[in-house]
Amino acid sequence: MNIKLILKKAGIPIIIGAFLVIVLITAGALGISVQSLLSDSLRRVGMNGLLVLAMVPAIKSGTGPNFALPVGIVVGLFALVCCMEWDLMGVNLLLVSCLLAALFCGIVGWAYGKMLNAVKGAEMTIATYAGFSATALFGIVWLAAPFYNKKMGWMLGNGLRETIQMDAFDAAQLLSNFLGFEVAGIEIPTGMLLFFLLCCGLMSLFFKTKAGIAIYAGGINPRFAEAAGLNVNRTRVLANVISTILAGVGIIIYAQGYGYAQLYTNPLTMAFPAVAAVLIGGATASKANCVNVVIGVCLFQTLLTSATPVMNNLFAGTDLSEMMRMIIQNGVILYALTQVKGGSR
Amino acid sequence: MSKADAKKFSIGKFLTDNIVTVIFVAFVIVGFILTQNVSIDFFLTELSNRFYRNAFLVMALIIPVIAGLGMNFGITVGAISGQLAIVLVRYHALEGLGGMGLAAIIAMVFASFFGWLVGMLYNHTKGQEMIASLIVGYFANGVYQFILLYLVGGVIPVSENHPMIMTNNIGVRMTVDLGTMKDSLDNILQVPFNWTLLVGGILVLLWIAYRQFMKPEKNGYVRPTMVKFALSAVGCLVIVGLAIPSVLGYGKLGDVRDVPVAVMILIALMVIFTKWIMTTKMGQNFRACGQDQYIAESNGINVNKVRIIATMFSTVLASLGQLIYIQNIGTLNVYGAHNQIGFFSVAAILVGGASVSKATVGQALFGTLLFNAMFIMSPELGQALFGQAILGEYFRTFMVYGVIGLALGLYVWKNNKAARITIEPDEVLDMPVKEALKK
Repeated sequence: MNIKLILKKAGIPIIIGAFLVIVLITAGALGISVQSLLSDSLRRVGMNGLLVLAMVPAIKSGTGPNFALPVGIVVGLFALVCCMEWDLMGVNLLLVSCLLAALFCGIVGWAYGKMLNAVKGAEMTIATYAGFSATALFGIVWLAAPFYNKKMGWMLGNGLRETIQMDAFDAAQLLSNFLGFEVAGIEIPTGMLLFFLLCCGLMSLFFKTKAGIAIYAGGINPRFAEAAGLNVNRTRVLANVISTILAGVGIIIYAQGYGYAQLYTNPLTMAFPAVAAVLIGGATASKANCVNVVIGVCLFQTLLTSATPVMNNLFAGTDLSEMMRMIIQNGVILYALTQVKGGSR
Repeated sequence: MSKADAKKFSIGKFLTDNIVTVIFVAFVIVGFILTQNVSIDFFLTELSNRFYRNAFLVMALIIPVIAGLGMNFGITVGAISGQLAIVLVRYHALEGLGGMGLAAIIAMVFASFFGWLVGMLYNHTKGQEMIASLIVGYFANGVYQFILLYLVGGVIPVSENHPMIMTNNIGVRMTVDLGTMKDSLDNILQVPFNWTLLVGGILVLLWIAYRQFMKPEKNGYVRPTMVKFALSAVGCLVIVGLAIPSVLGYGKLGDVRDVPVAVMILIALMVIFTKWIMTTKMGQNFRACGQDQYIAESNGINVNKVRIIATMFSTVLASLGQLIYIQNIGTLNVYGAHNQIGFFSVAAILVGGASVSKATVGQALFGTLLFNAMFIMSPELGQALFGQAILGEYFRTFMVYGVIGLALGLYVWKNNKAARITIEPDEVLDMPVKEALKK
């Protein structure tokens, strides 16, 4: 039977879901603790949730998946590092850095949205390089900007470390462990998951408001929206501001969940797993909603978490999980690209 | 530059049209002024070596651009084919020029097949080829690692205790020794750099003089303007003038790396091949598809087939380019050598002045030189200005991605601006070609 037909009928979520079930059953059969796998997966769902949610406004506004996620990420990290420089601790650090990140990302996202309006038709390509350039540019910032807090510098010389421990600021897993509990051996990072679901809820509500519907309308049919009196350029900018803010706040949540803030080259490729996750959830390059985000991030992150031990067990010592991630992640993005209708030429 | 453009030449327009090139030239010049300890011999050794290594790869990008596919970041797939071929050849312990030749044949077979697949993918992602080509590079990297890290030994049987295979008999090691394949092309014949400059300068001077004064104006050949000729001639004379004292034993340039003649011949063959193919029927088809797919289709050209052929050409040429690259490097870094090829090559050709829809051999060669000059100067500049070479390295990474983003962005922006003024952008931009096709 035609592979394409199967894909079309079943949809990516079902296929990846079925694959995930097979992996989990194999894990159980191999005697790998499924509870610890699920705990890990939940943690990673909470960590990556907001970054994936950042795709929704961008896709809805018609600019396609936000491949420029690293732009928001590095700006968010910059806000975090600034707050660390002022030696804020614990809850203060998280709260202030999130607010600061939202502010910075709002400004940067506005400029980025303006730029996207100038390159209509090739947004995805340009966005990718905007993200790459931003990451490389901030590589210079991390190294040369005047940060003096000993907790995040190298032992010798100037510049920030590659990874900064959140522990040093009493902020590691702060949100994750909030109201956290254990059920049947599975740790639930309640705070982080609640925050993620709250953001999803707010996003859904936002797309019921006038501004949200305007973004959506501009994405579905820009010409029709223009004719109806909407300023599509403005709705696109607004959507990308929201997306960039989510990326900036998302990376702070990610850092506290992971326990480390990762600078330099780390943000470079962070857009691709997020794009893949939302696509795995059933979104396309022009259609996405919060349900896609939740399903996608759960499926993708659980798959990644559980595949590593299973693969290691099955293929004695050869770590296949990284290449499996590459193949699934990029395969899903490629498939979505083949479904993009029309083109600039 | 067409004649109409030449007439209304202004500095502002020149700057906006060539902003990327201008930035790079300025950067290299500033670099030379600010860093005192970069000797000209060191610089030219590094630059020429990088040129022999990369020029072929960069030229592999030209055909897809002309065929309307844009910048083919998917030459990574070609690079992977080349590396698979080397792994195969080295597994059987073949080496030397014979090994290289065999690797080239195997690489071409692999690359044709993969190029065909990638070409079909591009046909399914029309209008989004560039992002698709980037992602297909990542995807291919995953498949490549799966083959070499698991299938080799895991499924494909390998002989036990082979030095290339990891200790548990599954997977290829991180680096593969090339044996005498190392520098095999470079070592065929090497001549001193200053003599090459001298002879090359004189030959080019004779060639442009012939073009200017002897060659009859027919078959579409138009004589260059006198100003252009004078500029080129002065350039040649300066090069010859610099080379003469060096050849006689005075001045610098004596310590610059020798020129590998075989690689230079391969690069020259590539130049001739690319120019020649554009004069054939197939080349005309490439051009027609690049100008306007719909008109090409209505003129009876099978656009999808032409695009696949263009992608296959690019992939095959890139696989050969990667062989030249690896024999120059000396060892094969199995899981790393191909990762940056797409970015660096595309950045190089864009720096040379190419765009998404236009690329020439000259731009590729000039871009390779200029891009690598930046690459050499950047850490030196970081060291000189901030006392940190690593800063320069981050800066050059930024330049690579920034240049690609800027050049592609400006191109789309200009096209969109043109589209806003007129109703149908293609109608205006491609008017002469369409008329030519209609006839």
